[in-house]
Amino acid sequence: MPRPDAADDRVAGSSPVPRLTLTNVSKRFPGVQANDRVSLSVRPGELHAVLGENGAGKSTLMKIIYGAVRPDEGTLAWNGAPVAIHDPRQARALGIAMVFQHFALFETLTVAENVWLGLGRGRARQDVAREVERVSAGYGLQLDPGQLVSGLSVGERQRVEILRALLTRPQLLILDEPTAVLTPQMVERLFVTLRRLAAEGCSVLYISHKLDEVRALCTSCTVLRAGRAVATVDPRRETNRSLSELMLGAAPPAPPVRAARLGDEILSLRGLSLAAGDAGGIALRGVDLALRAGEIVGVAGVSGNGQAELLAALSGEDRRAPAGTIHLGGRDVSGASPRARRALGLHFVPEERLGRGAVPALPLAANTLLTRRELVGAGGWLRTRRMRTLAADLIARFGVSARGPDTPAGSLSGGNLQKFIVGREIDAGPRLLVVAQPTWGLDVGAAAQIRREIVALCDAGAAALIVSEDMEELFELCSELVVIARGRLSPRIAVRDATPALIGQWMSGLFHEATPEPPPSPPLVSSRAEARA
Amino acid sequence: MLRLAPRSAPSRALTLAAPFVALALTIAVGAVLFLALGHPPGRALALFFLEPLRGGDGWSELAVKATPLALVALGLAVCFRANVWNIGAEGQFIAGAMAASWVAMRATESSHAYLMLPAISLAGLLGGGAWAALVAVLRDRWNASEILVSLMLVYVAEMLLGYLAYGPWKDPEGYNFPQTITFLPVTQVPLLAEGHRAHVGLFVALGLAAVAYLFLFRTYAGFQLAVGGQAPRAARYAGFSARRSLWTALLGSGVLAGWAGALEVTGPLGQLTPHLPVGYGFTGIIVAFVGRLHPFGILLASLLMSVLYIGGELAQSRLGLPQALSGVFQGLLLFTLLACDALASYRILRVPAQRAGAAAVPS
Repeated sequence: MPRPDAADDRVAGSSPVPRLTLTNVSKRFPGVQANDRVSLSVRPGELHAVLGENGAGKSTLMKIIYGAVRPDEGTLAWNGAPVAIHDPRQARALGIAMVFQHFALFETLTVAENVWLGLGRGRARQDVAREVERVSAGYGLQLDPGQLVSGLSVGERQRVEILRALLTRPQLLILDEPTAVLTPQMVERLFVTLRRLAAEGCSVLYISHKLDEVRALCTSCTVLRAGRAVATVDPRRETNRSLSELMLGAAPPAPPVRAARLGDEILSLRGLSLAAGDAGGIALRGVDLALRAGEIVGVAGVSGNGQAELLAALSGEDRRAPAGTIHLGGRDVSGASPRARRALGLHFVPEERLGRGAVPALPLAANTLLTRRELVGAGGWLRTRRMRTLAADLIARFGVSARGPDTPAGSLSGGNLQKFIVGREIDAGPRLLVVAQPTWGLDVGAAAQIRREIVALCDAGAAALIVSEDMEELFELCSELVVIARGRLSPRIAVRDATPALIGQWMSGLFHEATPEPPPSPPLVSSRAEARA
Repeated sequence: MLRLAPRSAPSRALTLAAPFVALALTIAVGAVLFLALGHPPGRALALFFLEPLRGGDGWSELAVKATPLALVALGLAVCFRANVWNIGAEGQFIAGAMAASWVAMRATESSHAYLMLPAISLAGLLGGGAWAALVAVLRDRWNASEILVSLMLVYVAEMLLGYLAYGPWKDPEGYNFPQTITFLPVTQVPLLAEGHRAHVGLFVALGLAAVAYLFLFRTYAGFQLAVGGQAPRAARYAGFSARRSLWTALLGSGVLAGWAGALEVTGPLGQLTPHLPVGYGFTGIIVAFVGRLHPFGILLASLLMSVLYIGGELAQSRLGLPQALSGVFQGLLLFTLLACDALASYRILRVPAQRAGAAAVPS
């Protein structure tokens, strides 16, 4: 079967026929209208952004284009001809490639082998290796085809994914939140590649919720809000504020203003070093950190730089910390169990909600028991009535959309479960709240509520440590930041003094270097922060 | 072409209906089986499934079989809920019976039943618990697979039983048969009714089902066990000890299997012989699953499984069919149940063999 040849119309923007046209595409899932009559047109060689908040329907739309989800209504046209895409294989045959947010690579194989495996049958491995070399050089992707994937950084792994997509010679490349795991410097290099690709006629659909990136890269932008395409604009002529208003429908609420009244030291990490627990883990190296009552400190960093290990050492899930390295309220808890630490006021919200923060098959009422010891009566009997009352209270107070205390945790959406878990820990009245990715996957309203609750908790005298990959969130919530890179912690810096360039440099592990260079990268400070200014 | 696709949540109705659907399918397949063997399926099935329920004798024999099955399965349910795969309840059953026999052989004419019976039960508990503790130590200390270790310890227990029955414990006046002395009447587990073999072990099983229910669903320890089994990372997050769960589960199931062994050897048997193990420990696994790992479900399932046992014996004596039919029916039941379970969590999708897009294969 001959594949459609992309070279024919690889003259940027000259073709009058749109590469892809979506007309009134709708998709409904139980309980949510993911896409509501969305229309969208991408020209050859266009860098087209699809912008929207979490839950606005971006991913569903892309899955429809890629054939992974079938629309309820609406039509697709590919290079002017109507088409129904039934599965990803057909999409690839048409010339559509997609780079997912989460990579699917074999760690124990080389770059070339991974690419070869992704291409399907009919190509010799040696040819693929040569082609990998040629294409990666051509697009500035800098990859050694013979290197093992296990030794690659996150940015390099993403390049392997992109390379794999490019070798199918796509006419349309879809990237889903490609910069979520990249440092600002890596982002800029990705943009160079994408611009070169577009110049050759390949259309790019760039899914993002980051305004600066969209403005820096794209020439056209469709804004999704609650499943509907509310506008198609030229992002180069928009401001962060105007885009943000399109995306949110209204100006975002101002962040709480906090007057810091700091109290006693609550948490103190002193030279905490821990060997990597398992293969692929990160060793913690000499981590020092102190938190005082009333403080909210953020830990920034590209994921996989020791965040998981630091959190496990803090929560007590990993109890290998040498004596004297972790102090809670002045007491050495280095070897204490999670329960003992909780009794001393340390509550933790893990990143994984299902299976770690909650047991999927158990009802919400039973899930309160995981961290709330007061629900256990004398002799180890459960206080079932109090469990149900607490679950019902959490549902009401944190606006969890669930039928009641008997609903299994696994049937809640990610955002609702997060509200429940964060609520459970905040409601416990901790002295120190450690939260990983507090608002990941939440809609704007829920995210704002959780942030307000965290702030209120700390105003009342608790301390909070927020580990997040979302810089906007850290800037909004925290008073001070540290950066974690390769298991080491940077010095602390007040949020108002943190420049994007500096944080970006720190994220790549260079915090003991001299002055940072001025950045070519897009500014890191959030669109929302600017919109407020 | 058919394909299995996971449901977003297991269908609750199907999960509860599964044992009944499985039973119906088992009976249907059984009918075909009888037909193939040249017997009218209606009569044969009635003999197999209904005859055991006739009369006081029938119910008494059912209770004799259901009691050990229920005890073993209750312990296994706790174990399986904790994600600990003890499949060596048979060995723990034998160990409990041996320990109980040791005590029973020490009874004299002047022994008191109110001392003797608790001592025998205690010995059974300790014997079964110790046999399971071996598994726990090996798993805890050296991370040995509890599946293999518990299974292999069944054979060790059988060998040990053979050694004792042929050797040191052999009745000197037993005409060289491999068996211990017949235990004195003072060691006999009280019978429910004169002339029937059913004994008070039935009440032990009923009481323990209630205890198991309270433990699993009303205590913190039971909750910790379930969390450890379902979501180990949540257990670690909560700070529940995985080691404690392992020990609780294995000791709990070992102790119950051992108790069942003690009741068997001092109840219906009255002496220890190498013919003690008849597979209650293995059938208990099926009982536990057919009973949905729920104490009250297990009571029903143990009754059903006893029907299959006795039905098999009847089929042998009255129709001349092989006793192995019991095993066939038990296997069928488990097999169809697992199939039904799969359909409770997955649904069948019909995938058209030829698709429009399938023609365009990427090169």
